[in-house]
Amino acid sequence: MNINLTLIGQAIAFFIFVVFCMKYVWPPITAALQERQKKIADGLAASDRAARDLELAQDKAAQELREAKQEGAALIEQANKRAAQIVEASKDDARKEGQKLIEQAKAEIEQERNQAREALRAEIAAIAIAGAEKILESSVDANKHSEMLDKLAAEL
Amino acid sequence: MAGTASEYIRHHLQNLTYGNLPAGYERADGSVLNDSTWTIAKNAAEASDMGFWAVHVDSLGWSVLLGVIFLGLFRMAAKKATSGTPGGLQNFVEVMVEFVDTSVKETFHGRNKVIAPLALTIFCWIFLMNLMDLVPVDFLPWLFHAAGVEYMKVVPTTDVNVTLGMSLSVFLLIIFYSIKIKGVGGFMSELTMHPFSSDNIFLKILLVPVNFLLEGVSLLAKPVSLALRLFGNLYAGELLFILIALLPLWAQWTLSVPWAIFHILVITLQAFIFMMLTIVYLSMAHEDNH
Repeated sequence: MNINLTLIGQAIAFFIFVVFCMKYVWPPITAALQERQKKIADGLAASDRAARDLELAQDKAAQELREAKQEGAALIEQANKRAAQIVEASKDDARKEGQKLIEQAKAEIEQERNQAREALRAEIAAIAIAGAEKILESSVDANKHSEMLDKLAAEL
Repeated sequence: MAGTASEYIRHHLQNLTYGNLPAGYERADGSVLNDSTWTIAKNAAEASDMGFWAVHVDSLGWSVLLGVIFLGLFRMAAKKATSGTPGGLQNFVEVMVEFVDTSVKETFHGRNKVIAPLALTIFCWIFLMNLMDLVPVDFLPWLFHAAGVEYMKVVPTTDVNVTLGMSLSVFLLIIFYSIKIKGVGGFMSELTMHPFSSDNIFLKILLVPVNFLLEGVSLLAKPVSLALRLFGNLYAGELLFILIALLPLWAQWTLSVPWAIFHILVITLQAFIFMMLTIVYLSMAHEDNH
């Protein structure tokens, strides 16, 4: 239990250890701890931000989807309308075409009938002249009587 | 190590002392010194006759060795400290550092770069020194005896010099920071104007010695209580281990095991108390709110 120089030796050792600890042990460890703390805080902030971004992106995606759907629906409607129009128009066209064809055909028929009638008339006139020649036993001057014959033919 | 029980105990409580013996001193073996000699004390009487100018080689040696182990370990971790995933050693060191850091931050609110490393050093170093108490009491002395060293006290904190050395260092820090923060005048007025104070200038002067006595005692009690608390606990623990070692071999474990387990608590607690009180005292030295 003697108090002696050990006391001072211990105090000196204590002093040296504390200084060493203060200079070479404490700062690197606390620096690493603080850096890790910062990293974790940054990481958490980043994940928060990412979650928010994700939410925003989802919202945006949903909105765009909705818009696209609307647009698609509008397009389909327009297309339907257009198709109906086209069908209507082509029906019209077809009707018109048909009408035209019918008219043309009618005109042709008319023309052919006229031609046939013309021909028939001419033939009948000839037959009539021939008949008349036979009846009169003399030739009929076709040129002389053409006016009369024409009148006759026109009556047929 | 043969002999009576009291010899055995006394032997175990004797430090390995290196010091100066005066000329004409009769040594333990009966020889008389012609000149004053620096030597290792051969028994307790020689050690105490060496007076103040002697060193407990074992206490200092073990405490420095343990301090170097502590700082070496922590320095190794500090060198490789990363902010990424820590390894096992770094993890342990970080736990210690954070534990000390929170203890300091809870108690000490000023700005001081010294206190936290100081507290860490105190806690770990004292813990390691106390831990030597759990080494079986005869083991290391027996090894050293075989190597020719007569006395070996392996628990530095059972040496009052060691604990006083540390507590007096803390005491010096208390005085240093008191004067640094409050100035010499502030520190003096803290010692003389409290706890009794008066508006009457005459009465005030009359109260100075009373205050000084009270405050002086409470100031001086700090290092003494700090040192003696640690010393007393560890000395008692060591003594109990020595007493248990006197029992027959087959019966020793029935007492030594429970006591060792209980002692783990004492060891940690005493290291913690020394650290906490140091922080508290230094934080009181920083506060100027009297």
